[in-house]
Amino acid sequence: MAVQKLTIAKALNDSLRKALETDPKVLIMGEDVGKLGGVFRITDGLQKDFGEERVIDTPLAESGIVGTAIGLALRGYRPVVEIQFDGFVFPAYDQIVTQLAKMHARSLGKIKMPVVIRIPYAGGIGAVEHHSESPETLFAHVPGLKVVSPSNASDAYWMLQQAILSDDPVIFFEPKRRYWDKGEVDVEAIPDALHGSRVAREGTDITLAAYGPMVKVCLEAAAAAAEEGKSVEVVDLRSMSPIDFDGLQASVERTRRLVVVHEAPVFLGVGSEIAARITERCFYHLEAPVLRVGGFHAPYPPARLEDEYLPGLDRVLDAVDRSLAY
Amino acid sequence: MTVESTAARKPRRSSGTKRAAGAAGARKTAAATAQPHDAEPQLVQLLTPEGERVEVADNPDIAEFAPFVADITTDDLRDLYRDMVLTRRFDGEATALQRQGELGLWASLLGQEAAQIGSGRALRDDDYVFPTYREHGVAWCRGVDPTNLLGMFRGVNHGGWDPKINNFHLYTIVIGSQTLHATGYAMGVAKDGADSAVIAYFGDGASSQGDVAEAFTFSAVYNSPVVFFCQNNQWAISEPTERQMRVPLYQRAQGFGFPGVRVDGNDVLACLAVTRWALERARRGEGPTLVEAFTYRMGAHTTSDDPTKYRRDEETAAWEAKDPILRLKAHLLATGGADEAFFEQLEVESETLGKRVREVVRAMPDPDTMAIFENVYADGHALVDEERAQFAAYLASFEGGE
Repeated sequence: MAVQKLTIAKALNDSLRKALETDPKVLIMGEDVGKLGGVFRITDGLQKDFGEERVIDTPLAESGIVGTAIGLALRGYRPVVEIQFDGFVFPAYDQIVTQLAKMHARSLGKIKMPVVIRIPYAGGIGAVEHHSESPETLFAHVPGLKVVSPSNASDAYWMLQQAILSDDPVIFFEPKRRYWDKGEVDVEAIPDALHGSRVAREGTDITLAAYGPMVKVCLEAAAAAAEEGKSVEVVDLRSMSPIDFDGLQASVERTRRLVVVHEAPVFLGVGSEIAARITERCFYHLEAPVLRVGGFHAPYPPARLEDEYLPGLDRVLDAVDRSLAY
Repeated sequence: MTVESTAARKPRRSSGTKRAAGAAGARKTAAATAQPHDAEPQLVQLLTPEGERVEVADNPDIAEFAPFVADITTDDLRDLYRDMVLTRRFDGEATALQRQGELGLWASLLGQEAAQIGSGRALRDDDYVFPTYREHGVAWCRGVDPTNLLGMFRGVNHGGWDPKINNFHLYTIVIGSQTLHATGYAMGVAKDGADSAVIAYFGDGASSQGDVAEAFTFSAVYNSPVVFFCQNNQWAISEPTERQMRVPLYQRAQGFGFPGVRVDGNDVLACLAVTRWALERARRGEGPTLVEAFTYRMGAHTTSDDPTKYRRDEETAAWEAKDPILRLKAHLLATGGADEAFFEQLEVESETLGKRVREVVRAMPDPDTMAIFENVYADGHALVDEERAQFAAYLASFEGGE
């Protein structure tokens, strides 16, 4: 059966399995990805079926994981690396930014870096410090990297396939609080392009742009707004580098208003770039300034405060109201 | 052969001296400059600074390594000498070109020719090299045209050669990063079932980097066929080795579970022997080795620093007496391995090389402006495409505009 109802976690697991089956050069690497199947079980059962040479438990050393993945890619392999949690990627940040991102350019195109770095990211699961962060801007800012985040099971399945097939390094942010959300996955479909946005809900009065875990919040906000007679369009950006400005522009030209929503701090975030570019592109279409809803310029708070920190339905609807008030 | 038994048998390897272990008490940090590695180092030496061969009978500790150069003929010795002389000539030319404003920067290898030529000539074609930014002699051994090394220092590219042609990776500037790339590559070699080996070059300063420690960890636990070749040239820009370590560097390997050897880095024959020995271990599936080539950077770290500000003339002079090229010349002369005609011919060859390097560098064109946007991504990227188009339109707006 081509269409299955899967959780995002299972869709990712199936996607990895498919990649391992399809290409013998694909490797899975990371801490606890083998017997345990990863702390979120995304690699569950893969080592059992593909062996320790394909699904590699690594020492607890993030720079080492990414640095050796670079070496394996130089040898012709396609490593898919798991960083256990968002806040743990920073020991590997040097290897990602100074080496992985630049290898293709500084070799004048002679070297390709087909490395995927999977990062369970963002908050909402009541975790301790360093387990709930949204560092996507720090990667999207780096030339040479592609940065994406699926919001649903179908995208989880297909975007991971596409990321693994890409000859460029891809930072693959998995919205960990959505791992258990179910959705339909057509494993025989022709998927959307990895870098393209998707209109998740059509509307005429205002556009909400989001990605990853915030898409669901925006869809709920749109449903709530509809009860008040407001027609809200939701665009799932899917990719933060590149950003599909053409798709977003088309939506904003229809609705004439835009609110960008993400969990990461608003200051210098993905929303800032979108606000600037959409203002350039749509200046004469806009009825209101582009507004942003997101995290504060503060460390991610203790879990008991995260419901206040994370953009929820009310903060999104408040921004919708502010935009519509212009 | 287990690592433990190897380490226990040979005194030149990391045998975990009690003196070194635990030497650093919590309240003794002020005394950190008077550590064991200040003492005259024990090292594998096959050719003395005076150019005399060291015999196994005189020094049984070299017995394991000496057979690895038993096949070296007088012709081979002359070739090694030629490699070192031409590399030094090239390096000197590059330094001069920097002074003349043709290069933005140069990292000289002066003094490290033996370490690089000895280890570089130990490699097979199918071995893979991960250099820092100073491995001009190793590049020479790999057949990389030396003028290709100058592009990044002139500022026309970040590399300038295809790593896969010579199995010689691009120079890596961030300190120690390439040791992990070498380890990963070696993991791939093992997965492929190949019997080639990988060598990672780095310096004494890099040994302080976490990446180097992680490379040691990964290569040890995966038993990867990689040789870590550290050229301990005593100085990391202005920081002496005392600021990097409290125990002799080669001993560090034992803590990771593989052997470490200290070799006379100014002895090309010993460097060749020890590297061959380490590469053979890798090929046999016995895992990584740390080779510490004890040597000295005679020049500046790069043309940007001034070593007279941080090190003593007496120290430099003491190392001049250990010059790698002079000692092989003394040996060749003493043994009749080469005559004056050989040295004169080599001088001519050196000048020819220097002239060619000068001409090629001066003729090196600046890259095309639009190269800024090339090869950022393999699969393309909408933002790069947009900015390329915008910048091209901007540049085009000047044409015929006056």
